[in-house]
Amino acid sequence: MTKQKKWLLSCIVIAVFLALVYFLEGIIPSYSNWSMLFTVLEKGSIYALVAVSMNLVNGFTGLFSLGQAGFMLIGAYAYAVFTIPVAQRAAVYQYFDGGLIQFTIPVFFAILLAGIVAAIFAFLIGLPVLRLKSDYLAIATLGFAEIIRAIFQWNALGPITNGSNLLRKFATYQSALFPIIACGICIAIICLLINSSYGRAFKAIREDEIAAEAMGINLFKHKQLSFVISSFFAGIGGALLAMFQTTIQASAFKAAMTYEFLLIVVIGGMGSITGSIIASFLFIACREWWLRFLDSELYIGDFQVPLLRAGFRNVVFSVVIMIIVLFYRKGIMGTREFSWNGLLRWFKNLPGNIRSIPGRLKRKNKKEAQINE
Amino acid sequence: MLKIENLNVHYGGIHALRGVNMHIEKGKIISLIGANGAGKSTTLKSIMGLVNKSGGSVIYKGEDITKSNTIDIVKKGIALTPEGRKVFPDQTVKENLLLGAYLRKDKKGIKEDLEWIYTLFPRLLEREWQIAATLSGGEQQMLAVGRSLMSRPELLMMDEPSLGLAPIIVKDIFSIIKEINRAGVSVLLIEQNAKAALEISDYAYVLETGVVTLEGAGKDLISNDAVRKAYLGA
Ligand SMILES: Nc1ncnc2c1ncn2[C@@H]1O[C@H](COP(=O)(O)OP(=O)(O)OP(=O)(O)O)[C@@H](O)[C@H]1O
Ligand SMILES: [Mg+2]
Repeated sequence: MTKQKKWLLSCIVIAVFLALVYFLEGIIPSYSNWSMLFTVLEKGSIYALVAVSMNLVNGFTGLFSLGQAGFMLIGAYAYAVFTIPVAQRAAVYQYFDGGLIQFTIPVFFAILLAGIVAAIFAFLIGLPVLRLKSDYLAIATLGFAEIIRAIFQWNALGPITNGSNLLRKFATYQSALFPIIACGICIAIICLLINSSYGRAFKAIREDEIAAEAMGINLFKHKQLSFVISSFFAGIGGALLAMFQTTIQASAFKAAMTYEFLLIVVIGGMGSITGSIIASFLFIACREWWLRFLDSELYIGDFQVPLLRAGFRNVVFSVVIMIIVLFYRKGIMGTREFSWNGLLRWFKNLPGNIRSIPGRLKRKNKKEAQINE
Repeated sequence: MLKIENLNVHYGGIHALRGVNMHIEKGKIISLIGANGAGKSTTLKSIMGLVNKSGGSVIYKGEDITKSNTIDIVKKGIALTPEGRKVFPDQTVKENLLLGAYLRKDKKGIKEDLEWIYTLFPRLLEREWQIAATLSGGEQQMLAVGRSLMSRPELLMMDEPSLGLAPIIVKDIFSIIKEINRAGVSVLLIEQNAKAALEISDYAYVLETGVVTLEGAGKDLISNDAVRKAYLGA
């Protein structure tokens, strides 16, 4: 396929997809089981954006940072605080005399602000922390995220953050197209960055710091850049998540949330944008929709199907993840990216692909045995 | 062009360089030979600002660069081909080469140099889109050399470019070094392959446990008894 053809194909697929979403939104009522589709599309897009932003730092630049939930929290609050209508503030900030801030800004600017505030925090944290080596960096960023969470719940900041109470009534979106398009644009910007000379420098740092430095790449400056940009988009992801949930509370942005993104990035493939996107949608779809039935007790006549009860979903989910990690050592995509040619090839070899699974497992076991020797 | 005076480097308690003096003249090929662990790589790294110097000075074109950082040193026209084929494994040949030109802004010049490198190493042109990790050892070495040329250096420092290569390729590498030199690039070369290195060098230094013990024109050193015993296996 020529380059133009591929572009055309991509544009058509995207347009058809967006039109389809718009159309389905009109006909699927919100009480139907299929409305879960929109949850998956909305939350999946938001997760994809945050996962891609995490991949930029962890996969492409080779830094082990675990601060994503913290930056999302900052973004979510920055957005929510400035978009609650003034008339509603008395109700929302009921314990804090209606709060300190008595104005709102337009949604677009609030989302941008969410990213900028997160980026500023990242810049300041990066100054000391990015001089650390990988494991220490992970601990420091994780610690930072926990501290941020505690500070946002602090009562003394209540007039702004509403303390440990919910923030609600802020502006949200009407159509699932909003988060899909917003995240799509953000991810496209990250793609452009990765394919630029900055992206090459990030990857060079990941692969060999000394060689990268010998090329004249300023290690600290580029790590800082990657970290700040990643946090900017995590902040925007936080704002969009706030819109999706319609209420937010600092206590939800736990380290466990960061681990979800880490899982997505690893499953999708460290250093693959399309991998992160695919993994995000699979992750959300499995967790929120496809595996739901496992949590409800099922009777066939008088016979109760064993194992199906609340919580079983999580067991199956963990097993699914283990299977994926077993078969795809480097994640679904490795460091490759989706391409139309790749998809065509994959379909052509589909029977072979399925047949090769036992072989692949055998080879893998052999390799492990060799390593263990 | 480059003048190193009384250079000292410590790694923790290890005194790796103990007052090294060297002089590299413009347009010449200079080689640095010595046993394993003598401090050859350390000399190059400290010139590049990749390890801290504990004493001495480095003067490049009359300018003191002892305390400069690597980025400024690259900008001033010194490039290093690091030891052990340090190509960027997950990136393509072309991306690797472009990384060598990272600090340059002149698009046209970069394109010209890319073409020059492809004529020096036609193999790299064939494999322009291949991932560097999948290149053969010799090809990776060519890529590492090509990449350091992409910064359009005036002084190219090569740390064992022939490491682990088949004799026939080693010969290619040496003739390419001469070609690079003819294009006006001064070369500082580290080699285990002492004979071949001395043959193409205008001047050479012998380094032993962090001190220069011998220096002289390449041809003179080849016939020097001590050098022959220690490094030429004769
Ligand atoms: N990062 C480091 N930390 C501690 N010691 C080091 C470090 N790098 C090098 N050394 C020590 O400094 C000495 C000189 O090392 P260097 O790499 O310069 O040797 P070399 O002459 O290049 O040897 P070779 O021919 O084996 O490459 C060695 O004893 C080495 O062990
Ligand atoms: Mg060495």
